[in-house]
Amino acid sequence: MAPTISLRNTLWLAAAFTMVAAPHAVRLPWWITLLALMIVLWRVYLGRARLELPRKWLLLIVVMGVTAGVYLNYRTLFGRDAGVALLVVMLALKLLETRSQRDAALVVFLGYFLVITNFLFSQTIPTALYLLACVWVITAAMIDLNYTQPPAGYRNQWRTAGGLLVHSVPLMLALFLFFPRVPGPLWGLPHDAYTGVTGLSDTMSPGSLIDLTLSDAVAFRVEFKSTIPEPGQLYWRGPVMWNFDGYTWTAARRNYYREPQFQARSAPIEYAVTIEPHNQRWLFAIDLPGRVPPRAAASSDFQLRSFAPVTSRQRYEMSSYLDARYGLDEGEAGLRRALALPPGTNPRTAEFARGLRGRFADDKALIAEVLSMFRNESFFYTLSPPQLGNDPVDDFLFSTRRGFCEHYASAFAVLMRAAGIPARIVTGYLGGEVNPVGNYMIVRQADAHAWTEVWIRGEGWVRVDPTAAVSPQRVQTGIAAAVPRTDPLPFMVRGDYALLRQLRLAWDSVANGWNQRVLGYNQDRQRRLLAQVGIDDATWRTLAIVLAGASGLIVLSLAPFMLRRLRTRIDDPVKRAYLAFCAKLRRKGLPRDPAEGPSDYAMRLARGRPDLVPAVTAITRLYVALRYGAETNPALVRDLQRRVREFAA
Amino acid sequence: MNDQIHKIVTQVGGIILGKERQIRLALACLLARGHLLIEDLPGVGKTTLAHALAASLGLGFQRIQFTSDLLPADILGVSIYDRDSGGFKFHPGPIFAQVVLADEVNRATPKAQSALLEAMEEHQVTTEGETRRLPQPFFVIATQNPSHLVGTFPLPESQLDRFLMRIELGYPDNEAERALLQGQDRRDLLEELKPCMDVPTLSQLQHQATQVYTSGALLDYVQALVGFTRRCPDYVNGLSPRAALALLHAARAWALMDGRGHVVPEDVQAVLPGVVGHRLATTGEVTRANGVDVAGDLIRQVAIP
Repeated sequence: MAPTISLRNTLWLAAAFTMVAAPHAVRLPWWITLLALMIVLWRVYLGRARLELPRKWLLLIVVMGVTAGVYLNYRTLFGRDAGVALLVVMLALKLLETRSQRDAALVVFLGYFLVITNFLFSQTIPTALYLLACVWVITAAMIDLNYTQPPAGYRNQWRTAGGLLVHSVPLMLALFLFFPRVPGPLWGLPHDAYTGVTGLSDTMSPGSLIDLTLSDAVAFRVEFKSTIPEPGQLYWRGPVMWNFDGYTWTAARRNYYREPQFQARSAPIEYAVTIEPHNQRWLFAIDLPGRVPPRAAASSDFQLRSFAPVTSRQRYEMSSYLDARYGLDEGEAGLRRALALPPGTNPRTAEFARGLRGRFADDKALIAEVLSMFRNESFFYTLSPPQLGNDPVDDFLFSTRRGFCEHYASAFAVLMRAAGIPARIVTGYLGGEVNPVGNYMIVRQADAHAWTEVWIRGEGWVRVDPTAAVSPQRVQTGIAAAVPRTDPLPFMVRGDYALLRQLRLAWDSVANGWNQRVLGYNQDRQRRLLAQVGIDDATWRTLAIVLAGASGLIVLSLAPFMLRRLRTRIDDPVKRAYLAFCAKLRRKGLPRDPAEGPSDYAMRLARGRPDLVPAVTAITRLYVALRYGAETNPALVRDLQRRVREFAA
Repeated sequence: MNDQIHKIVTQVGGIILGKERQIRLALACLLARGHLLIEDLPGVGKTTLAHALAASLGLGFQRIQFTSDLLPADILGVSIYDRDSGGFKFHPGPIFAQVVLADEVNRATPKAQSALLEAMEEHQVTTEGETRRLPQPFFVIATQNPSHLVGTFPLPESQLDRFLMRIELGYPDNEAERALLQGQDRRDLLEELKPCMDVPTLSQLQHQATQVYTSGALLDYVQALVGFTRRCPDYVNGLSPRAALALLHAARAWALMDGRGHVVPEDVQAVLPGVVGHRLATTGEVTRANGVDVAGDLIRQVAIP
C-alpha cells in the first residue's frame, strides 16, 4: 500500500524527527544512531520514488531485532537510557509505516514526547533553546499535515507555528508557576539517570583528588549575604575520613548523628549554597558549619549529610563560624579511632614519629616541627606525582617528596597518629572564584582539597593544613598559582585569556540565574510565591484551582485577539473607511445588507433619511470612484476618511 | 445614460411596453458582442422585441422560423448550378444578416440548431469547403418556447452557453397591458421605427465596452459569486470560467450604458439574471427556476467584498 501523505509531509516529519533525536545521537550506541538515520533516509527515498512501504512482517522482524539489541546493550529494556534508545528506534520505524494522516499525527505527538526525554539528560539553557526550536519544527510539521492545499513555500507553516507557540507562552508560564510541585522529581527518575557525575567520594587514596582537579565542572555556587571571607579561610568542609588501611582513607561507615557542640568565637557568615548534583549525600559548608540544612543531618564530626543523595540541584541557606572551638569533649572511642594505624604499614614513618615524640613532648611543638620540615625541606606540590608503593607514606616522606594535597594530608595524619596525636582527614574544597558578573562564588571540582584536623587537649579539634606549609599560594590564591605551569589544569582554573574567561563567567552568571529561578523553582518557592498572593498552605487542590483559574483567564484574554484574527483583516484604507461608515449607519438602525452595492445602499438611505443625502452621496461617490474606478488619488482617500469621520447619522 | 442608447431604449420601450429592464439587457448583450436567447411563452412579444431592436439600431434583419423539418442549408445557404456561368453559385441563407432572429429555435432538430450555433460562435460559415465571413456586427436573437411544451428539442447546456444572456419577457403588468390593448397595432408601429444609430457608432460602442475599467475589488466580487456557485451544493454545477468572463463582459456593457467608465457591483447584479439564468441548474427543483430567481438567490447569499 503506497502512502497517502505527501512527500512534503514526509520531509517535514523526517526533519522534525532528526532534529529531536539529534541530541540523543551522541548518547545512544552507535548502531542505534546509524539504524535510525538509515530508516529515516529509506523512508524519504520511498516517498520520493513513490514506492510502497515495507510490509508488516519485515517491520516486525526489525522491531524484534532492535529490542533484542537494546536488551543486549543495556541488559534491560527499562530505565532512562534503554527507554530512550527504544523510543528513538521505534519512532523511526513508525515513520516507516506512516501512510495516512493518522499515522503522521501519531509521529508528531511522539515527537513532542521525545522532546521531553532530552530533559532527562540535560536541563541547560542551550538545551532548552534547542528543544524550543524542535517544538517549533514539530508544530510546523503538524500544521503542514493539516493543509488540504499547501501554500507555496514554507513561510506559512513557520509563521503559524511560531504564532501558536507565542500564544502558548502565557499558558506555559501559568503551568510552570502553578503546577503542583513535589519535593524531588515529579515521578521517580530512572535509577540510571545520575551516572557520570563527578564529585568527592567517601574514600581517599593517593591520586584520587588529582582526577577531580582536571575537571572545571562546577561543584557548587555560593551567594554571600555578608562580606566574603579571605580565600585562605574558605575551607569547604566535606567528608571526614577516620579509617586508614595503610593506603586508602575511608569515611566512617557509621555516623553518630547528634547536635554538634561548638563554641563560636567570631560572628557568623551568612550565605546560600546551590549545589550541583553529585550523587552523594554530602552538603558542603565553610568550616565550621553553624547550622543544619533542611532534610539533612550533621554528624558529630560536622559532616553535613542530606537524607537522600543529591541527585538534583539544591539550594540551602547556611551560616558558618570562621573561628570556633569544637570537639573539646571528644570521647574515648573517638580518640582511639583517631589514633588507629594498621600495624606493620609505613614502618619508617612510625619510627620517624617515635623519634619526633622523643624530641618534643609538647603536641603543638611537634606539629610545628613537622610543618617546618614540609616547608623547609625539598617537598614539592605538584599535580603529577610519582607512583607510590605499598607503603605510600614512607615512599612519599622519604623518597619521592612530590605530591598533591592528599599526599600531604595523608602523610601528616599518619605522622600525627604514629606520634600519638589524634588526627583525621577532612576533604572538601578550598577557595573559590568570585564571579563579578553575578556577584557570587563558583567553586569547581578543581578546587578539591584535603587537609587534616588534630585533637589537642583543651582546644579540641584544630585544623592543620600541611599543604599550606608546602605551598602557601595554594591556600592564598588558588591552585593555578601553586602547581607548575606544565601540569594539566582545566582551562577555567588557569588565569589566561582574560576576555574568554570574562565571557565564560558572564555565561555562568546567566546559567546560575536559570538554575536558581527556573530549575530551582521547587515546592518551597512555589509555596512562598503563593503566600505572597495570599494563598497560605497551598495544597494540591488549591494549586489545581489556581492553575485552572489562571489558564482560564489566559485563554479568555487571548480569545478576543484570536477571534479578531478570524475576521478577515482589511488592508485597504478605502474599504476600511467605508465599513466604518456602514458601521455608523448600522448603529442607527440602517444596516447595509452584505450583498447590497454601495449605490443601491445610498439610494435606500436616501428614501429613509433624506436629511443624510448630501453626506451619503459624497461618501458613496468617493468610495465607488476609489474602490471600483481607476481613481487612486491619496488626497481623495483622505477626503473619504475625513468625511466618514465627520459623518454623524 | 449614453444618449443614443437612451433613445433606443425609449423607442423600443414604446413598442414593448413595461419591459425596460429586458430591453436594456438585450442592448447590453449586443454591446458586449454576445448573442441573446429570449425564452418565454408564445405571444409575449419576443419577435417584436427582436424586430424593434434591429430597426432602431439600423441593422439588416433576417428572420428564420425554426421548424422540425428545417435543414442546415435552409439557414446557411446553398450552392446551385448556374447554367449561364457554367458553375455553382452560392445563394446565401438568412444567416447572412446583421441581426438574425432565430424564432422558436428549440423546435428544430439538433442538426439545424447546431448549424446556427456554430455560425454564432465562429462568425463565419463554411459550406462546400468554402468559408464565408458573416457581416459585422452579427447578432443573433433566438427565441425559444419553454422546454416543457410539446414538440421541442431543448438546447443542450453546452449550446446554451453560446448565448451570452437568456432573458424572460413575462406577462406585461396591468398598466402596460391596458396601454397595449388601447394602442395601435404593433406591426404598424414597427414599420414607423427610425434607426437611432449607424453601424460605425455601434462598433465604436462595442469597442468602448471592452475598455470599461474593472478594479480588483470588482473582480473579487465576480470571483466570490463564481466561487460560491462552485462550493454551494444547491447547484448541479458551478459557473465555468467562460461564464465568469461572460458576466464581466456583460457588466462592462451595462456600465457603459449607464455612462460610467468603471464597473460597480450593481452592474454585475443587474446583468446576473441574464448571464447565469441558463447556466446554473439548481438541484432538488423539478421545474426550472427562472433566471431572476436563481440570480436573486445568488446575489443575496454572496457578500460584496
